[in-house]
Amino acid sequence: MAILTCKGLSKRFGGTQALDQVDITIEPGRIVGLLGPNGSGKTTLIKLANGLLTPSEGEIRICGLVPGKESHACVSYLPERTAIPTWMSVTQLLDFYQDFYADFRRDAAEEMLAHLNIPPKQRIKQMSKGTREKVQLIMVMSRSAKLYLLDEPIGGVDPATRDYILSTIIGNYNPDAAVVISTHLIADVEKVLDDVVFINQGRIMLQASVDQIREEKGMSVDALFREVFKC
Amino acid sequence: MKWQFSNDAPIYAQLIAQIKVGIVSGAFPPGERLPSVRDLATEAGVNPNTMQRALTELERDGLVYSQRTAGRFVTEDQTMIDAAKRGLAEGHIQMFLAAMRRLGYGKEDILNLLRQENEKEETTHGDFDM
Repeated sequence: MAILTCKGLSKRFGGTQALDQVDITIEPGRIVGLLGPNGSGKTTLIKLANGLLTPSEGEIRICGLVPGKESHACVSYLPERTAIPTWMSVTQLLDFYQDFYADFRRDAAEEMLAHLNIPPKQRIKQMSKGTREKVQLIMVMSRSAKLYLLDEPIGGVDPATRDYILSTIIGNYNPDAAVVISTHLIADVEKVLDDVVFINQGRIMLQASVDQIREEKGMSVDALFREVFKC
Repeated sequence: MKWQFSNDAPIYAQLIAQIKVGIVSGAFPPGERLPSVRDLATEAGVNPNTMQRALTELERDGLVYSQRTAGRFVTEDQTMIDAAKRGLAEGHIQMFLAAMRRLGYGKEDILNLLRQENEKEETTHGDFDM
């Protein structure tokens, strides 16, 4: 069964059409890039998938379910902005995730944190931005979810941290789950993706696999994106 | 092994070429077990399905083989490895020739230039490989 399906999905904010008749199907085992310029509707789509917003029209299903309590249990979400409580220590955060999510693999999280030499007693607010991003991603990827929604996971961090984040996503690959990564930093994520979805002004412009684009167009997804979204 | 990718070719095709170089150069010796798809994908920084696809194609060509539970291994067939080496060399030569033709060199000029370059290298380094 598909992990995520959208049919005729639309979202309006007052007079603004944030998403317009979006049709998407994402199958298990795929890592999908949701690529579009700022304000194209990427975050709106992600927020609809985790139930933070409700559709104006059309439908969205997670493993066949309407976003809600049941679907939340199988969706792991990395918001655009750091959302973990900054007063907590690493240990408190691990406890917090363990209490909240039945599918949290604490041992996996502890192993990744130890690998980064992050002391368990350190508080989130004592960490640099890059470290916070890494810790948050570790928490999100340590759940055995069906769908990982990563909103701009590599925005605003240095290239070495980017590499770490991408290799963490690859290292936690699960053939039964799907990963959606929204970003405009395409050159960095391209090699990690199976498929890409180009989105602009709330509409899907293109859906294809990375190697299909490279094979048919003889150019990278990054180059194609620059061509399609030329200002 | 160092993995590098260009922007103009499919990633799986580049993976195939680089794993072949690894086999030919001995980084992946004959008969040796290859790392798992996930480890290779993490090391190369690529999508695991793309790595899987590259390995499946190498398997179809016979350069690697899988054993049901033990994993994937490099072939022990030296003839096959030599053929792969030859294929890679021909690819490099064709690219070189195409580049030289674009510069306006004919066949004889190219051979002469190669000979001169070889002599130069022999006097400075005494080795073509340097």
